[in-house]
Amino acid sequence: MPRRTDISSIMVIGSGPIVIGQACEFDYSGTQACRVLREEGFRVILVNSNPATIMTDPEYADATYVEPIRPEYLEQIIATERPDALLATLGGQTALNAAMTLFKSGVLERYGVELIGASVDAIEKAENRLEFNQIVTSLKVPGADAGVARSRICQVMDEVLAAAGILGYPIVVRPSFTMGGLGSGIAYNQEELIRIAGAGLSASPVTEVLIEESIIGWKEFELEVMRDGSDNVVIVCSIENLDPMGVHTGDSITVAPAMTLTDREYQAMRDVAIAVTRAVGVETGGCNVQFALNPVDGRLIVVEMNPRVSRSSALASKATGFPIAKIAAKVAVGYTLDEILNDITGETPASFEPSLDYVVVKCPRFAFEKFPTADSTLTTHMKSVGEAMAIGRSFTEALGKALRSLEDPAALFDFTRPIIESVDELLRRIARPHDHRLALIMQALRAGATSAQVVEATRIDPWFVDQLQLIRETADQVCSAPELTGGLMRLSKRHGLSDDQIADLRNLSPDVVRGLRWAFGIRPVYKTVDTCAAEFAARTPYHYSSYDEETEVEPRARPAVIILGSGPNRIGQGIEFDYSCVHAAMALRDAGYETVMVNCNPETVSTDYDTTDRLYFEPLTLEDVLEVVHAELAAGPVAGVLVQLGGQTPLKLAQALKDRGVHIVGTSPEAIHLAEDRGEFGALLSAAGLLSPQHGTAVSAGQALAVAHTIGYPVLVRPSYVLGGRGMEIVYDDASLVSYIQRATEIDPSHPVLVDRFLDDAIEIDIDALFDGTELYIGGVMEHIEEAGIHSGDSACTLPPITLGTETIDQIRSSTEIIAKRIGVKGLINIQYALLGDVLYVLEANPRSSRTVPFVSKATGTPLAKAAARISLGAMIAELRSEGMLRSGGDGATALASAPIAVKEAVLPFNRFRSPEGVGVDPLLGPEMRSTGEVMGLDAAFGPAFAKSQAASFSALPTTGTVFVSVANRDKRHAIFPIKRLADLGFRILATEGTAQVLRRHDVAVTVLRKASQGPGPNGELTVVQAIAAGEIDLVVNTPHGHSLHGSPRQDGWEIRGAAIRAGVPCVTTTQALAACVQGVESLRQGTPGVRSLQSWNAAIQADLP
Amino acid sequence: MSAPPAQDNSNEASAGTARSPIPALLVLEDGRSFRGTSFGATGETFGEAVFSTAMTGYQETLTDPSYHRQVLIATAPHIGNTGWNEQDNESRRIWVAGYVVRDPSRMHSSWRASGSLDDELRRQGIVGIADLDTRALTRHIRENGAMRVGLSTIETDPQKLLARVLETQPMLGADLVADVTVASKQIIAAVGTKRFTVAAIDLGIKDMTPTRLAQRGIEVHVLPAASTLDDVTAVSPDGVFFSNGPGDPAAAGRAVDLLTEILDAGLPYFGICFGNQIFGRALGFDTYKLKYGHRGINQPVMDLARGTVEITAQNHGFAVDAPLGQPVTTRWGTARVSHVCLNDDVVEGLELRNASGRLTAFAVQYHPEAAAGPHDADYLFDRFIDVMAGKDA
Repeated sequence: MPRRTDISSIMVIGSGPIVIGQACEFDYSGTQACRVLREEGFRVILVNSNPATIMTDPEYADATYVEPIRPEYLEQIIATERPDALLATLGGQTALNAAMTLFKSGVLERYGVELIGASVDAIEKAENRLEFNQIVTSLKVPGADAGVARSRICQVMDEVLAAAGILGYPIVVRPSFTMGGLGSGIAYNQEELIRIAGAGLSASPVTEVLIEESIIGWKEFELEVMRDGSDNVVIVCSIENLDPMGVHTGDSITVAPAMTLTDREYQAMRDVAIAVTRAVGVETGGCNVQFALNPVDGRLIVVEMNPRVSRSSALASKATGFPIAKIAAKVAVGYTLDEILNDITGETPASFEPSLDYVVVKCPRFAFEKFPTADSTLTTHMKSVGEAMAIGRSFTEALGKALRSLEDPAALFDFTRPIIESVDELLRRIARPHDHRLALIMQALRAGATSAQVVEATRIDPWFVDQLQLIRETADQVCSAPELTGGLMRLSKRHGLSDDQIADLRNLSPDVVRGLRWAFGIRPVYKTVDTCAAEFAARTPYHYSSYDEETEVEPRARPAVIILGSGPNRIGQGIEFDYSCVHAAMALRDAGYETVMVNCNPETVSTDYDTTDRLYFEPLTLEDVLEVVHAELAAGPVAGVLVQLGGQTPLKLAQALKDRGVHIVGTSPEAIHLAEDRGEFGALLSAAGLLSPQHGTAVSAGQALAVAHTIGYPVLVRPSYVLGGRGMEIVYDDASLVSYIQRATEIDPSHPVLVDRFLDDAIEIDIDALFDGTELYIGGVMEHIEEAGIHSGDSACTLPPITLGTETIDQIRSSTEIIAKRIGVKGLINIQYALLGDVLYVLEANPRSSRTVPFVSKATGTPLAKAAARISLGAMIAELRSEGMLRSGGDGATALASAPIAVKEAVLPFNRFRSPEGVGVDPLLGPEMRSTGEVMGLDAAFGPAFAKSQAASFSALPTTGTVFVSVANRDKRHAIFPIKRLADLGFRILATEGTAQVLRRHDVAVTVLRKASQGPGPNGELTVVQAIAAGEIDLVVNTPHGHSLHGSPRQDGWEIRGAAIRAGVPCVTTTQALAACVQGVESLRQGTPGVRSLQSWNAAIQADLP
Repeated sequence: MSAPPAQDNSNEASAGTARSPIPALLVLEDGRSFRGTSFGATGETFGEAVFSTAMTGYQETLTDPSYHRQVLIATAPHIGNTGWNEQDNESRRIWVAGYVVRDPSRMHSSWRASGSLDDELRRQGIVGIADLDTRALTRHIRENGAMRVGLSTIETDPQKLLARVLETQPMLGADLVADVTVASKQIIAAVGTKRFTVAAIDLGIKDMTPTRLAQRGIEVHVLPAASTLDDVTAVSPDGVFFSNGPGDPAAAGRAVDLLTEILDAGLPYFGICFGNQIFGRALGFDTYKLKYGHRGINQPVMDLARGTVEITAQNHGFAVDAPLGQPVTTRWGTARVSHVCLNDDVVEGLELRNASGRLTAFAVQYHPEAAAGPHDADYLFDRFIDVMAGKDA
């Protein structure tokens, strides 16, 4: 069937901000979908609140709405654009839920919008547990006996015990009709069962529990399915989880293709997956089906299915070369799979199943270091913030590459660390799934644990455990051989050992190992991901390295630019940097260069084989990058390596690459060092007559105290060379400072701790600018809504700055120019300033792409990263102005009446984490970045723009109701006016005693609420925490009250904010944000703000340019 | 949950130091050579180098008689992970002449396994080679075509091995059916109520084919390839089946003659793989050798009548040369191409309809019995039943 002609416009919903469990894989899928739909001639209307996405670049849709993905905004967009169809299967659960809401409220019907991709019925069937289980059990698949976990419903303990007798231990207890899994648990024996089921029965309002067999420890698999309108179904990829059932797939190490299935088991799974897809009714598009398989007898259980493109789809696309989202979009508009060409071969159709002649390993990236109190045990609740994928010709090779792609030293196999723990102790510890378990398993094997013991403790399949043994044996050989021979070197490389690991084992330096390896002529070759195991020639150079014999890198004539990506998503380094890398690729390709991407993050647009001329799916380590450079130099001329757009990952490699003769384009490594080195940068500032907060460096507690006493508390302390404020804290006294130094690791003379005077109450300003050696172009000036001290990545900000005067902007411009010139920037620079009174301080300068580049680019309609890439390769700003890439006159700091106010708001993952005791982690903002993503609110005025940013970041402002206020003494003065305004608007005001007293003096009617520490009152009066949990409060205003001994906020505040996060109540923690809130509330009371597309805003800006 | 017993054995093997690898040599007839290490039995072997892109099902593949005289290259790098079991053999023995893999598993993990692949290869004397760049080898064959190859753990000089490779018989023109067919008739009972009797000519049949037929109430009489029409009619069949098998269909004149007689006798016919090529030749079409064949379990085939795609298991080096979309008149009725490979438009199925348009005989080039492979084409067995029942299919 050809493309449908009865629809001409399609609305696509994105997935909104990056959150744990929903990251940039949906930008990758959405970007592909938008591109395909436009190529097919559809008018595409896109909605996504996340500005750091490629999909929201105006060229990917006819109308791009960076608006909250909420019904009231979506309906307005539908009313304005009148799309014929809605495609919601490419924007994750967010888009699917939004579509269901629009369907249920009748909006789709009212405007005649057809849901394409998956029907409402299919979505409901897949999402409704009971209905889905019924579908699975009624499937008739010859030769494949798949079911669901066995269970019994019990009302009394005798029934529970009888059920346990049938189902066997361990056993899962799920009380009926309780919220959020309350009262559920796993019992391993009768004693536990009586306790858990007893509690469960009493927790259940109907005194009923579901007793279910546990499938924890079973083998876990996933199949990616694609179906078209003619009922052609293909399996794109099989994925096997190394971590067995019990750990969320997103947190598991996963392997493609499945490694431990015979054809019979695989085909049974395939038959069931296809039958499930048909029975649920996913008619056109992709879905995935998850399986659990009992390793003892092969019993197969269908765990769940997602009737949409998922995280696994992105992984499967990158793992196979089969672009699931792209194909899903094509079949959604009517094509059948046989009508779609396989891009990679260019001659065979998409109606086939990819065959792999390599192994793909994905490892999750965690961020528990950001949440020290959080429980790092991995469960069915996803906790990882990103992932790295690697491809090798064997599992061991791929695993080694995947682990080093994580850039997490604790994840790596350490073959030399003395083992002090006993085997029993190690076995006990590896039984708990946690973030660095694989490294610990290696320790257990090194300590002498047998494969069987490890299998018993972890339930990891024996085949995988044997592969770990193989790696251990290889390392042992490297360690104990009298001489590091070529044969041994080759063997160790084939099993994934890095030069660093070999160096460690042989007590040599990595450079010596590398030199030796090269002298032996042992270098990786580059193979191609071709979807078909070499059956057909591939025309897309999508490469991965392997220590094999024949390379497939083709010679080329044009000069290449090698762009280093940003690796796995993590807090502080996410999609924003991928955005810049993708833009660089586009700009440089347009400028006539051959573009080469190196990256290892399967979620991203940068690792789409369509993005650059060549893609190397490789770890971003010195070793791996040097090899890619070597391979590309052999293929043709290389103009250089671009490091300034991928964040800290490539930046950290810059000097080492240069030292080894690699040409770095743009800002030089020396210039980068100048900006990063506190001493040198301080000297630069003083020489230029610019102010910075007083500061010093220290390598000991004594030195730190001395610095603090000189400059006075509070001080900001942090390690040098950080991104995302890792380990950064504000400390107020000697005790907390000493405590910080004691807790800080890796302090030595080359990595001192930086101690800065903390500017209390200052306004923080962020700028992104371009400099070409002579001319400065300010991309944008952002004013933070929170005061200095909140990490810029976590702080809301506005562009243009809403309270800064022209003089300040002028001062920022001249300061920026001086700094850029003195550092020697060629490309982008990000500078953070603090304005205290009228005095401008320079906080830091980063001569690279920043997190805010996509936001600024989108808010001003100027592609800063593209311009930076061009400047890096020698273009001048004047040239880019005349090309139309940059504004012909003025720049991003030029005030334009027609430009929108853009508000960026951060999205924080606090609700994902609990301490081992089950207590939530404190959702307080500080100098260490903790947000996973961001949204943008756009409007003509600040109030509605702010309101939109809050709505998009899951904390929609109320327009009526009850406000609870508890502010620190220093904040009381600033809180009076906004709270009084809220009261005037009709809000009921509740407060703690101290805050209430002040408010009463200002004639605000206020009710006193008990603190959590006071406990409920004698007549049952609720504490604030209870009131929040009970849903009685619509807005929480709570600024931290000073600090405790260890620099942590006081318990009461913590509990209030924690309760707000759990209840989903917006929580304001600074007075500046409170003022912004009030403006937002006022605008919302005029009705939902209107919507406007980026294209429309940009047209207005263009018309308004000087 | 206790770990499968197989795992304990292999742990002992892996706990020791890896056995010191024996060097092995692979030489293609065009002179390209690869060095690797011995896998399976030691010794020397020759055959036609072909590659299969299947990622599962090595046991079924190795025991498929169609691979007789072929040295099989597995493109999937890890082979042997699930060991060897009692249930998945497709015939009485391993047929490949040699086995080329990249990473043979040191141990196996499957609750069904009864032993390891390596042991089974040794037991059956199958010479293999491992630790070589199988992708480079595959690409070489893709670009230069399937060709003769030698594997040796004895010879270390590529030139000497090459000379021996060049002495071997090429696949083109090879008549290998006699090597693989059963010695005497075997009967596979119908499962449940018997509905039909089918005479299955064994040109190298896989066990799953009679199994699939029997599951549908068919009593299958597997007959030696040298059977005559009298032998066939002696079992009073409701239909006749010609199986897959090795070799060049152009050299299988006897089978073509038999099928011609069967069609003259008006018996319903179903053929798979070699059985499709024989059918094609009986209908008057030519057959030809593909450059490197279709071997894998991911091949997309369009059923031209239904307009749908099925993912199929394939293993063929030869194909029928018949015109797409142009029915051809034969003395039995109208023959046409019914299935085509979407990758390269190779004929994947033929059908014959009588004057009244009813399907009387059909065959496919691929493997609806799968094993290894997907079950998408299972419906063809039902179609055979319909043909035998005289239903419009």
